[in-house]
Amino acid sequence: MIKIVNLIESWVVSFVLELGGFVTMLKDGVFALTKTPVRWKLIFKQLEFIGVNSSLIIILTGYFTGAVLALQAGKAFRLFNAEGATGSLVVISLLRELSPVLTSLMLAARCGSAMAAEIGTMRVTQQIDALQVMSVDPVSYLITPRIVASFIMAPLLSIVFSVVGTFGGFSVAVGVLNVNNAIYWDKIQQYVDMEDLWNGLAKALVFGLIIAVVGCRKGYTTSGGAEGVGRATTQAVVIASVSILVADYFLTAFMF
Amino acid sequence: MLEIRNLKKSFGDHEVLKGLSLNIPSGKITVIIGGSGTGKSVLLKHIIGLIEPDEGQILLDGESLYEMTSETLKKQRMRFGMLFQDAALFDSMTVYENIAFPLIEHTDWSEAEVTRVVKHKLEQIRLPGIEEKFPSELSGGMRKRVGLARATALEPEIVLYDEPTTGLDPVTSKAIDDLIVQTQNNLKNATSIIISHDIPSTLRIANQVAMLHDGRIVEVGSPKDILHSKNPIVREFLDPVIDQIGVA
Ligand SMILES: Nc1ncnc2c1ncn2[C@@H]1O[C@H](COP(=O)(O)OP(=O)(O)O)[C@@H](O)[C@H]1O
Ligand SMILES: [Mg+2]
Repeated sequence: MIKIVNLIESWVVSFVLELGGFVTMLKDGVFALTKTPVRWKLIFKQLEFIGVNSSLIIILTGYFTGAVLALQAGKAFRLFNAEGATGSLVVISLLRELSPVLTSLMLAARCGSAMAAEIGTMRVTQQIDALQVMSVDPVSYLITPRIVASFIMAPLLSIVFSVVGTFGGFSVAVGVLNVNNAIYWDKIQQYVDMEDLWNGLAKALVFGLIIAVVGCRKGYTTSGGAEGVGRATTQAVVIASVSILVADYFLTAFMF
Repeated sequence: MLEIRNLKKSFGDHEVLKGLSLNIPSGKITVIIGGSGTGKSVLLKHIIGLIEPDEGQILLDGESLYEMTSETLKKQRMRFGMLFQDAALFDSMTVYENIAFPLIEHTDWSEAEVTRVVKHKLEQIRLPGIEEKFPSELSGGMRKRVGLARATALEPEIVLYDEPTTGLDPVTSKAIDDLIVQTQNNLKNATSIIISHDIPSTLRIANQVAMLHDGRIVEVGSPKDILHSKNPIVREFLDPVIDQIGVA
C-alpha cells in the first residue's frame, strides 16, 4: 500500500517537474523575442518546413476526413429525410473539432518529432555547446523560431484542413448521396457561424504551442547518444499527442 | 592568465573533479594529460563556462567567471575559441557556413570579407576548395581541421582544444600539431589549452604540461620536467608510451 502511494507520489512529482520544464521552455522561447536580434531567416525556414512541407499531408487527411464525415452523417440523416443538413454537420465538426485536432496530431507526428530529433542530435553531438561557446543563445537560435512558426502554422493549416474537408464532404454528399448541390451550401450558411471558426482557431493556436514546446524541450534535454535521440523523438510525439487531446477536452469545456 | 582554484564537481554521486587547481600562463601552450574518463573534457567545459562547478573558482585576469552576469560572460566568451572532441560542426551547414558562422554572428563584415577570411582559413588548414561540402562528407581528420578553422575564425586570445589528435593517423596528427603551433604564433600572444592522450605530440608542442588524475592535477611542469618526473602516477602513464617509441 505504502509502495503504491510512493509510486503515485513519484509520478506526480515527475509530472509536475516535466510540466514546469515545458512552461519554462515556452517562457524562455517567447522571452527571447524581446531580445534583439529576432532571427527572421530561421523563422521563415521553420514556417516553410512546418507549413509548406506539411500541406500535402494536411490536404489528403482533410479531404478524406470531410468525405467520411459526409458519408456517415448522410446515411444517418437519410433516416430522417434530412440529408440536406449533411453539409452543416461536416463543416461544424471540422471547424470546431476535427480540423484543429487532426491537423495538430499530424503536425506532432511530422514536425514535433523532427524538432526533437534535430535538436536532440545537436545536443548529443555538442552542437548546442558549440553555439553557446560562440556566444549564440541556443534558445533564440533553435527554440524561438520553432515556437513562432508552429504557433502561426497550426491555425493556418487547420483552415486549409477545413476548406479541403468541406469540399471532401461536398463531393461525397453530392456525388454519392445525391444531396442537392445548392442545399449543401445553403445549410452550411444557415447553421455555421463565425464563432465555430474562432473556437477552432483558438484551439489550433494552443496545440501549435504544445507541439513546438514539447518537441523542442524533449530535444533540448536529450542525453545518451543516438539511443537518447530516438527516445526523445518518440516521447515528443506521444506527449504532444496526448496533451493535445487532453487540452482539447478542457478547451471545449471552457469555450462552448 | 587563467587561474583555476580548488574546482569541485560531481554528477550525482560521481565526484569527477575533487579540488583541482592549475595556473595557465598567457601566451603559452598548456597541455593537460590524463586517462580516459578522468574529467578532462569536464574541466575544459568549466574553463569556458559551459558547466558551473559545485565549488571553486576560475579567475580570468583576476575576475571570477562564475560571478559574471550572463551578458559579461557572453562577452568574455568572445575571447575564447574551442575545438570540441568530435569537432561539433553544424551538420545542417556547409563547411563555408560553419566557418563563416562566428564571423556573421559577431562582426558586421561584408560578405566579400567573410568569404575572404573563410578562404584564407581553409588554406591555413590545407583544405582549400571544400567550401560547399557538408561535414558528413568529410573524414574525421578533415572535420577536426574545419573545427579548428571555425574555433579560430575570430582570432580568439584563448583557444581550447579537446583531444585534437585522438583517433587520427600519425600524418594527420602531425599536421594538426603544426596547425596548433601555427595558430598559436599567428594569433598574437594566444593562450592554448590542449587536452591530449598523445604523449609524443604533447612533448613536441607543450610549454607546460599538467597531469590530471583522480580529480586533481598531480604534476605540472615543462615537458622535460614531466618526462623525468619521479611521480609514480606520471611514470605509470608515460612509461608504456616511452618504451614503445623510445623518446627518452
Ligand atoms: N553531463 C554529464 N553528466 C553526467 N556525467 C558526466 C557528464 N559529463 C561527464 N560526465 C562524467 O564525468 C566523467 C569524466 O568525463 P570526461 O570529462 O568526458 O572524461 P575525459 O577525461 O575522457 O574527457 C565521466 O565518468 C563521465 O561519465
Ligand atoms: Mg573527453
